[in-house]
Amino acid sequence: MGMHPFGRFPEKRLPMLGAEAVLAALGDAALRPSDIPIAYSATTQAGMLAGQGILREAGISGIPVTNVENGCASGSSAFREAYLAVASGRYDIALAVGAEKLEQVVIPGMGRPDGISREHLTQLLELGEVMGYVETVPEGHVGTVLMPGVFAMLAMEHMQRYGSTVEHFARVSVKNHEHALANPNAHRRRRITVEDVLASRPISEPLTLYMCCPTGDGAAAVVLSSMEVARRHSRRPIRIAASALASAPYSSRDLALMDVNSVSANCAREAYAEAGLGPEDLDIVELHDAFAPAEMLHYESLGLCAEGESGRLLDEGVTRLGGRLPVNTSGGLLAQGHPFGATGLAQVCELVWQLRGRAGERQVPGAKVGLAHCLGMSAACAVHILTR
Amino acid sequence: MNGKEKRRVPIVPYLRLPEAPDEKAYLVGSRCRVCGETYLGQRTACLKCHSVDSFDEIALSTRGRLLVYTVVHQSAPGVPVPHIAGIVVLPEGVHLRTNIIGVPAELGILQAGSQVEMVTQVVREDSEGNEIVAYVFRPVEGG
Repeated sequence: MGMHPFGRFPEKRLPMLGAEAVLAALGDAALRPSDIPIAYSATTQAGMLAGQGILREAGISGIPVTNVENGCASGSSAFREAYLAVASGRYDIALAVGAEKLEQVVIPGMGRPDGISREHLTQLLELGEVMGYVETVPEGHVGTVLMPGVFAMLAMEHMQRYGSTVEHFARVSVKNHEHALANPNAHRRRRITVEDVLASRPISEPLTLYMCCPTGDGAAAVVLSSMEVARRHSRRPIRIAASALASAPYSSRDLALMDVNSVSANCAREAYAEAGLGPEDLDIVELHDAFAPAEMLHYESLGLCAEGESGRLLDEGVTRLGGRLPVNTSGGLLAQGHPFGATGLAQVCELVWQLRGRAGERQVPGAKVGLAHCLGMSAACAVHILTR
Repeated sequence: MNGKEKRRVPIVPYLRLPEAPDEKAYLVGSRCRVCGETYLGQRTACLKCHSVDSFDEIALSTRGRLLVYTVVHQSAPGVPVPHIAGIVVLPEGVHLRTNIIGVPAELGILQAGSQVEMVTQVVREDSEGNEIVAYVFRPVEGG
């Protein structure tokens, strides 16, 4: 696997970002472009047939390519499609690539940002996931579907129900920024304090700017193969122990305020059953911390702690590097960044580096089992478990 | 004067505006004839019992309870900030996204679970000068 760093790269077109990740992945697997028989590509903003463009840029043509769009879980969904292609026995090898350039971001429901001033667009870009539902919504006049507002409400509920505080949310952000200091691919590599987070400007209360992920550019790619092929290329291949994908079960509430907890819990339950493992077996987790409170909700949904106990888990330092179960050693979406189509594949890259013992200063000693969790609102949730 | 009359246009298709002075605005729901589940606006199939084309159109209650809210400081272009966005639950079980008016846009003033009622307000004009009307909720006295 391989990545193009996350951040702002105005001089590079999307196919170039993607191709760099593909070529890095091929180099890592010691494969030639002609060894790839099928590919799945994830972007959300690049329009039609973007994957074929990325592969052509990397020198690959003539093979079947399928473009995958599943919101912010697009990369994970492309990874799953590649996994299924190999697991079905039809292909020995499959490639998954995800790439995104968010300088061209559109705000679904509001059309392309033609009428938006440069200054306002820059503000929106700073913000993280500004996306709403794809249906037309009169944003701001009948409530909000912008992601900061939605996660602000989910945070308010958690505070009311379980006594979590804004300091908890700030500490999630501080932790993940600290992890990113040791990640050369991370978008935000800056040490920040709880005071910095709380003093940054309010976006949707109780969320402040530094509790929201940045949007940026980036790419990641992963080569998957049958275990037989993998053993020819590596003495210690990483195994995919589970691949699960879920959409939200119906509730009246989910139609108005998405229920990320049910879909994550359902998806994780399926993944744990498939792997024959439980949360107690995990050594590392990469989860969908697009907004700081989300990390706490996901601790509970993924079974890393009991319901309502995420604040305690954070207080005890369990999930920081050096703790019993480090979460988001890459820096997560908050600090490594969140170029939508690339995010889920970057999570897989981080798990693989960790499981190989090649994560440098952010290495979790002896990591054997890792879990990746990625969300496209409540409409798409992917959970993958990797082992060595 | 071009003789063209300005109209009041609902911002979403499921907001029904009054046509006579003694009528009040309301939201349109669809109630499943088989299982009773109620949805905002129109639907093709019931998500609960899977019945198809089994809906009665109903007028939803104009009072409900506030489930949760946030104070939005950064919104879409042209939307005034800060404002309160929240989720209201109607007696029919329908959950709604809505703005809350009538209180300062600060955390800690509104209580989750408090009673709110629907009113309409003009939020902007379209290019032909028609008034675009949205529904919003405001706290009920003593609610």
